[in-house]
Amino acid sequence: MCETCGCTITPGNRHLVAATGALHRSSDGKASVEVLTGLLHENDHQAIHNREHFRRHDMLVINLMSSPGSGKTSLLEATIRAIGHKIRIGVIEGDLETENDAERIRAQGVPAVQITTGSACHLDAHMVHDALHKMDLDALDILFIENVGNLVCPASFDLGHHANIVLLSVTEGDDKPAKYPVMFRAADLVLLAKSDLLDVLDDFKPDAAENHVRSLGNGATVLPVSARHAETLQPWLHWLESTLTAMRAGDKLMPRMQAQNEDQ
Amino acid sequence: MHEFAICQDLLSQVSRIADERGATRVDRIVAIIGPLSGIEIPLLERAFSVARCGTVAADAVLEAEPCDILVHCRQCAATSGATAGNLTCRQCGDWRVDLKQGDEMLLRTVELSGITGTEAANGSEHV
Repeated sequence: MCETCGCTITPGNRHLVAATGALHRSSDGKASVEVLTGLLHENDHQAIHNREHFRRHDMLVINLMSSPGSGKTSLLEATIRAIGHKIRIGVIEGDLETENDAERIRAQGVPAVQITTGSACHLDAHMVHDALHKMDLDALDILFIENVGNLVCPASFDLGHHANIVLLSVTEGDDKPAKYPVMFRAADLVLLAKSDLLDVLDDFKPDAAENHVRSLGNGATVLPVSARHAETLQPWLHWLESTLTAMRAGDKLMPRMQAQNEDQ
Repeated sequence: MHEFAICQDLLSQVSRIADERGATRVDRIVAIIGPLSGIEIPLLERAFSVARCGTVAADAVLEAEPCDILVHCRQCAATSGATAGNLTCRQCGDWRVDLKQGDEMLLRTVELSGITGTEAANGSEHV
């Protein structure tokens, strides 16, 4: 994506916007302006600003998305229990109502800011920015943004974060990526949550879930995790720590969606 | 459901463009919406008819133009059409593809009217 204006024009789609030609003007006070920016220009502009905040504080920021009830908060609790003593974690919680999730996170001894969106089905870059100013960013290594439970809308909003993690709990069906392609195409890592239930569920095949992710042209790693069994978290924790290390060593991390638009 | 939020973002951008050029009305807005944008065109149009109220685009028409999905295969270098649920290469079947087109949500054109003053003659910059 273009850093200066947030536009999503690429060599691949340029012909779509070239069709109308240049600006047309007339003497009757009318003008036709060729704009060529993303529809979410205002959000994207704010996201660039947020990303700059994160860069200045040298912190890794993860956007955690899934359907409601797939175990985002439980995963965060287990993650904090496992590595909270050596990595300073903070959480922004997004829900339509209640402070419940933020209270669960604070009970683990880490700072959490709850965003209650009212009826909005997603977080946007402005909401996240407001929440950032309620946190001491110098005191954090990793910030998790737990998005509103929703497999549709949150995928469309850049928050300025570094990676999208999508949880798919094994009770949901292994064809979820095929049903919600926009979300799963955006995933930089897919976690198969509640994996301890695989023993009793004969209709969820991890390989099938992974194949559905590949069918979206997405090579993201797919890892099973269970918040109830700490030993299953090791590959996930390793991903997290190595990603943080890579970022601090100078890797320019971006979600694959934003990186793809920049590369083209 | 997020189409209304997208309209609000779009309208604040359109209002700024109208303001910069001294226009009192927006007549027409053209957007390009790809199947992988996460936007449903009928929902966007319905949301726009509500979101535009009280803005400089209160009487504007929103035209949302769809586009097809195109992927470029990193293995066989073919460019082929695809569907939102299956983005694999139609030539060789490999999943290692780059999306060339299909996730657009672009504001293409804004048609303004009621422009007064000399600024109207200089409204052609790329925003």
